[in-house]
Amino acid sequence: MPAPPYLRHDLNDGILTVQVGGEWKLGRPAPSGCRDAQRALEEPGLTALRLCAGDDLGAWDSSLISVLFHLARTARARSLPIHDADLPQGLSRLLTLTLAVPSKEGSERRAGEKGLLAAVGGMALRLPAVCSEVLSFIGDVACALARLCRGRTDMRRQDFIAAMHECGVGALPIISLTSMLFGLILAFVGAVQLTQFGAQIYVAGLVGIGMLRVMGAVMVGVVMSGRVGAAYAALIGTMQVNEEVDALATLGVSPMEFLVLPRMLALSLMVPLLTVYADVMGIAGGFVVGACMLDISPLEYLSATASMVSFRQGLIGLTYATVFGIIIALAGCYQGLRCGRSAAAVGMATTAAVVQSIVWIIVATAIITVICNVLGI
Amino acid sequence: MDNTPCITISGLTVSYGSFVLMHDVDATINRGDVFIIMGGSGCGKSTLLRVLIGLKEPSAGSVHYGDLDFWGATPARRQAAMRRAGVLFQSGALWSSMTLAENVGLPLQLHTSLSAADIREQASLKLAMAGLAGFEDYYPSEISGGMRKRAGLARALALDPDIIFLDEPSAGLDPLSARLLDDLILELRETLDKTFVIVTHELASIFAIGSNSVFLDAGSRTALAHGNPGALLEAPDTNPLVRRFLLRGAAE
Repeated sequence: MPAPPYLRHDLNDGILTVQVGGEWKLGRPAPSGCRDAQRALEEPGLTALRLCAGDDLGAWDSSLISVLFHLARTARARSLPIHDADLPQGLSRLLTLTLAVPSKEGSERRAGEKGLLAAVGGMALRLPAVCSEVLSFIGDVACALARLCRGRTDMRRQDFIAAMHECGVGALPIISLTSMLFGLILAFVGAVQLTQFGAQIYVAGLVGIGMLRVMGAVMVGVVMSGRVGAAYAALIGTMQVNEEVDALATLGVSPMEFLVLPRMLALSLMVPLLTVYADVMGIAGGFVVGACMLDISPLEYLSATASMVSFRQGLIGLTYATVFGIIIALAGCYQGLRCGRSAAAVGMATTAAVVQSIVWIIVATAIITVICNVLGI
Repeated sequence: MDNTPCITISGLTVSYGSFVLMHDVDATINRGDVFIIMGGSGCGKSTLLRVLIGLKEPSAGSVHYGDLDFWGATPARRQAAMRRAGVLFQSGALWSSMTLAENVGLPLQLHTSLSAADIREQASLKLAMAGLAGFEDYYPSEISGGMRKRAGLARALALDPDIIFLDEPSAGLDPLSARLLDDLILELRETLDKTFVIVTHELASIFAIGSNSVFLDAGSRTALAHGNPGALLEAPDTNPLVRRFLLRGAAE
């Protein structure tokens, strides 16, 4: 049975002597003498601290060093000399090592929890700076676009083509699956109501108009936010961590033109194209439900779709899609470029890119829908 | 070495928000110098380098490249000045989606009118100079850390710059690789008459290649010494902190 650890103190002629003994092991409760010694050390009138070990001091580990370190630090803060010659040599050396570099003045951070009001106030105070940062980013992108139009850009054609391939062809399988299922769901939901009064043929119009006008674009926007927006934020964020963006800047290459522009142009071109494809797949999904479950003949379904949807609705859908493409690229690249220099920062940038893309897609959808409504189109 | 000032740093103060990292730093880097920025961890060596290469704006003081007031100039003039400089970052900072030849060739592609074949030839030459002949079509992820550093140096040499900045070039390298890199720097300085500005705290490198230096101190947040590292060690009036650093903490 190991002897329990103890710590005794004794005050004599202004010298506080602290004696330790027994077996010290991490996880065991610290002896009550620790607190008493600490209190005694804070008393006025002390001239020195003497640390010594009793004859019965057995095995010891960091638990003992930690206790002695606290005492020694308090003594040092009070400018008291510390005598540790009576400690075992190893213990004395480790204590000297821990005290060798004093803690840097002003380096300690206060962890204090913020109240709700303080958190809201902090966010409000940061808001102007964030808005100015976002506007400055958008301004830089606009300048980069202007330089591209004047033919004086750092953007490389191969980067643009690679970005188009990455966000276009690579996304076809997932767009096929989600759009077709979405068309299917839309047809089912519509059929539940419309079959009640024999108007199931209008399922074709519901699916066709719904997909072409807005749902195809929203579907593609959300999928691309998760697939491409996140990838852009992670890629550019990692480039920040690895100083690759700095390397571009030192070459006099604008990260806006080299990294952001090809991705933004690729997405604003590919999202509309993918939307057209998603519309077709969604209509195909509705067609399956109409032809197989609602007893509408395939020809009847297709002619109903053709008569109910119009080219204008397709154009409105493409407008949504172009805006969504720009939003996804800007959110992904912005978060990547403002990413900190750590792995955790890359993760946060990626999450923020996806969340912001989806939120702004919904906001943009609402705005464009209201505008179309006001214009009567 | 012709002792013509190449970069002059005067009264430089660098801050992060309200925190002043360094203040009143003065130093002169002459043409042909291997200039060492040295000091303990956290003293602002890499930050000073970032100021010199245009990535961090100082809060006071000036940096002159010859006659050009670097931070007082327009961004376009700063960029033009930086085209005379090459930078090797601590991690190599190679663009991971490009091969080594493409990494070295990109500055040429962006800033010269060379044909694709000429760019490829130049890239091969610079990689060979850095001891990486035959690795043109490798990606950064396929080579070792030391090779990445050398590829970064090859990229820094791409535009035949007058000044080359290196941020901790031997960090993370084994002693032999670090020595090879030091030899390469000396060779380039001798043969191509380049000026090197190197951030390091590797004493072996400091004494082997350094011809001029500045010592930054984290405590006083300023430069404590400026001059040849060997001469600083010999001089009786050298700050004791600098001497301790150069002696690796050993007693004098």
